[in-house]
Amino acid sequence: MKWIAATLLAALLVLLPSFAGEFYLNLSSQILIAVIFALSLNLLVGYGGMTSLGHASFLGVAAYISALLTSRYGWGHGPAAIVSILGTTVMAALFGVIALRATGLGFLMITLALSQVLWGLAYRMSDVTNGDNGIPGLTRPMPFGIPLDSPAAFYWFALIVTAFAYLMMAIFVSSSFGSSLKGVRDQPRRMAALGFNPWMIRWIAFIYAGFWGGVAGLLYVYYHKYIHPASLSTASSAEALLGVIAGGSGTLGGPVAGAALVLLLKNYASAYTDRWNILLGLVFLFIVLVMPTGIVPGIGKLVARLRGGSR
Amino acid sequence: MTISRRQFVGSVAGAGIASMAAPRPVFAQNGGPIRIGMLAAKTGPLALGGIDMEIALVMYLKQHDSMLAGRKVELFVADTAGTPATARTKAQELIERDNVHCIIGPLAAFEALAIADYLTEKEMPTIGVAAAEDMTQRHPSPWFVRATATSAQCAYPLADYSAKELNFKKIVTIADDFAYGHEMCAGFQRAFEDNGGKIIQKIFTPLATPDYGSYVAQVKSADAIFLGTAGSNGFRFLRQFIEYGLKEKMAVIGGMTALDESVLRNMGDEALGILTTSWYSAELDNPLNKAFTTAFRAQTKYDPGYYAGGVWVSCQVLEGALKAINGKVEDKKALMAAIRGSNADTVRGIVKFDEFGNAVGNVYIRKVTRRDGRLVNTVIKTYPDVSQFWTYDKAEFLKNPVYSRDYPPAKNLEP
Repeated sequence: MKWIAATLLAALLVLLPSFAGEFYLNLSSQILIAVIFALSLNLLVGYGGMTSLGHASFLGVAAYISALLTSRYGWGHGPAAIVSILGTTVMAALFGVIALRATGLGFLMITLALSQVLWGLAYRMSDVTNGDNGIPGLTRPMPFGIPLDSPAAFYWFALIVTAFAYLMMAIFVSSSFGSSLKGVRDQPRRMAALGFNPWMIRWIAFIYAGFWGGVAGLLYVYYHKYIHPASLSTASSAEALLGVIAGGSGTLGGPVAGAALVLLLKNYASAYTDRWNILLGLVFLFIVLVMPTGIVPGIGKLVARLRGGSR
Repeated sequence: MTISRRQFVGSVAGAGIASMAAPRPVFAQNGGPIRIGMLAAKTGPLALGGIDMEIALVMYLKQHDSMLAGRKVELFVADTAGTPATARTKAQELIERDNVHCIIGPLAAFEALAIADYLTEKEMPTIGVAAAEDMTQRHPSPWFVRATATSAQCAYPLADYSAKELNFKKIVTIADDFAYGHEMCAGFQRAFEDNGGKIIQKIFTPLATPDYGSYVAQVKSADAIFLGTAGSNGFRFLRQFIEYGLKEKMAVIGGMTALDESVLRNMGDEALGILTTSWYSAELDNPLNKAFTTAFRAQTKYDPGYYAGGVWVSCQVLEGALKAINGKVEDKKALMAAIRGSNADTVRGIVKFDEFGNAVGNVYIRKVTRRDGRLVNTVIKTYPDVSQFWTYDKAEFLKNPVYSRDYPPAKNLEP
C-alpha cells in the first residue's frame, strides 16, 4: 500500500511535464526549490532545536557568488557552482561558530543579525552586488550539454536535485549522528554527560544545513536568472521558517508540505484574490489552532482518531 | 493503521493535478479579445502606487467600453507584491497561463529588472513604468519601452532651473536609500554642478524611516534642499522639516514623486510654493488631460499623479500603436514596431521614443499652489522634448557607469 502510493507519486512527479502547462511547471520548480530550502532549515529547527531567522543568508550568498562569478568574471557554471557551494559551507561554519555560542532566543537573534549584515552588504556594496538593481542577465547551466532553458528541462533538473537532497537529509536524520542531534535537542546536559559534544554536534548540523541552503540558492538563481538583495532579507528567512512550522517541524514530510503551501498561497492564490495576505494569515491561524504540531503530524493524528473512532 | 505521509502527499498532489488538468482557456489567433496584462504591486510598501495604476487602467478601458482599435479587450491584473521573485512568477502567470499580448507595468525598478530577460525571451511587448536608468540605457530590451521617464530624466531640468533661474549655489539632497533615489540625486547633482552649483550634502534615508528628526537635524545650511523621495516619505520628511523651522531658512525643491498628487492631497498650506519637476501634472492644460483628470477625480476624489498618469500615458501609446496595426495584436513584432514608432498625443503631450525605448517628451517645472480649495502642481515652465541623456553626449553618457550612491562622485561635500 505504502509502496504503491510512493511509486504513483514518483511517477506523477516525473511525468508532470507531459500534462501540466508551462506556468504550472515553473510553479512546481519553484516549489521544489522551496522544499530543499525548507528541508535544510528543518534540520536546524526540527531536529536540532535551533530556530534560525537567518537561513536566507545561505540561499542568498550561494546565489550571489554564482551570479557574480558567472556574469562578472566569466566563469563557467561548473566551477562557479562548486565555489559557491564551498563558499557557502565555509560561511556556514563561520556563522555557526558565532551563532552557536547561544541557544534559543539568543541563537535566533544572532542568526537574524548576521543575515541582516549580509542583506545590508548586498544592498549597499553596489559596486560589487549592483545594490537595489540586483544582477540581471544571468544564464542557466548546461549539465552534460543539456540546456535547462525550457520549463520541463529545468523541472526535471530540480526534481533530481530535490530527490537527492531529500534522500541525503533523510539519511542524515536517521543516522546515528541524527539520533545524537535529536538527543542534543531534547537533553543537551544528559548528552554531554554521556560523552557527546553538544556544541560540535550542533555545529556539524548547522554546516550541513548551510550546505543544503546553498544548494537551494544555486537552484534559485538558476531558476530566476536574477538576484536581488530581497532574497537575503529577513522576510525570505521568515517565510521558510513559516513553511517549516506550518508543515510540521521535525518531520521529513512537514517542510515539503509547508513550503508548497506557502508558495502556492503566495503565487497561486494571489491570482484569484487581492486579499491573499489575509488568506495566508487565516491559513496559518487555522494550522496553529487546529494542528499546532503542523499539517503533516496534524493530519496523521486526525486520520488516526477518525479510524480509531469508527472501530 | 494510520495514513502514511506518502499517502497524504499523494492525495494532495492528486487534487492539485486535477485542477491543473482543467481545460486552460484556448484563445483564438484572430478575432478573440486583445489580452492586456498588468503587473502592479497591490500589496506591500508600494501598494499605493500599484493600486492607482490599476484604477487608471480599468478606467481607461471602461471609457473605451473595453474596445481598443475595434477589438474587445480583456484585462489581467497580477499583484507583484513588490518583490522581485513574485514579479517573475506573476509575469509567467500573465504570459504562460493568461496568454496576454502585451504587458503594462511593473512599477519598481527591481521588479522590472527581475523580469527583463524573461520578457525579452518571450518577446512580450512591455510598456513599463519603472524608472531604472539601465532598462533603457546599458541593458535595453527590444521589447521594453517606457512612456514616463528615467529616474534622473526629470531631475536635469530642475537642476538647470535651480542654477539658472533661481540662482541657487549650494543645495542639499535627501532621498530614499534605493536605486531610484540614488539615480535621481546623481542626475540632479551632475546637471547642477555642471551649471556651477555645488551639492554640499547628500543624505540617503532607509525606505521605511519612522522618524526623520535625526536627518532633519543633520541638514546643513544651503540655498535649497532637493527631495528625491518616493511614496509618502516626502510628505513625512517635509512635515518634520517645517516643524524644525527650516522652511524659512532654505527653499524646498523636489523630484518627480516627492510631492506627487497622491501625496499632496494630505498636505496643507505648508506645501505652498514648493517647486517640483515631472513629466506630468494633473494641471496640464490640454483637452486629453482635462478629460482624464475630471473622470479620475469623479471616481477617486483626488487628482491623478505619477502612477495613474503613467499608466494612462502608456494606455494612450498602446492604443495608438494598436490602431496603427489595425488591432492585429498577434503580430508582436509589428505591435512593438508601432509602439516604438509612436507619436501619440497623450495627457503629458506628444510622446516619442528614442532608440533605447525611452520617452522623449516635455518635462514640467511645477509649483504647489491652491486652486478650488485644493493643492495642485501648477506648471510654471516647460522644458520641451527632454531626453534621458539631457544635453550630454549619448555615447559618452553610456560609457560611464550607471548612476549610483557614489557615482558621479560628489566633490563639493562639506565636512
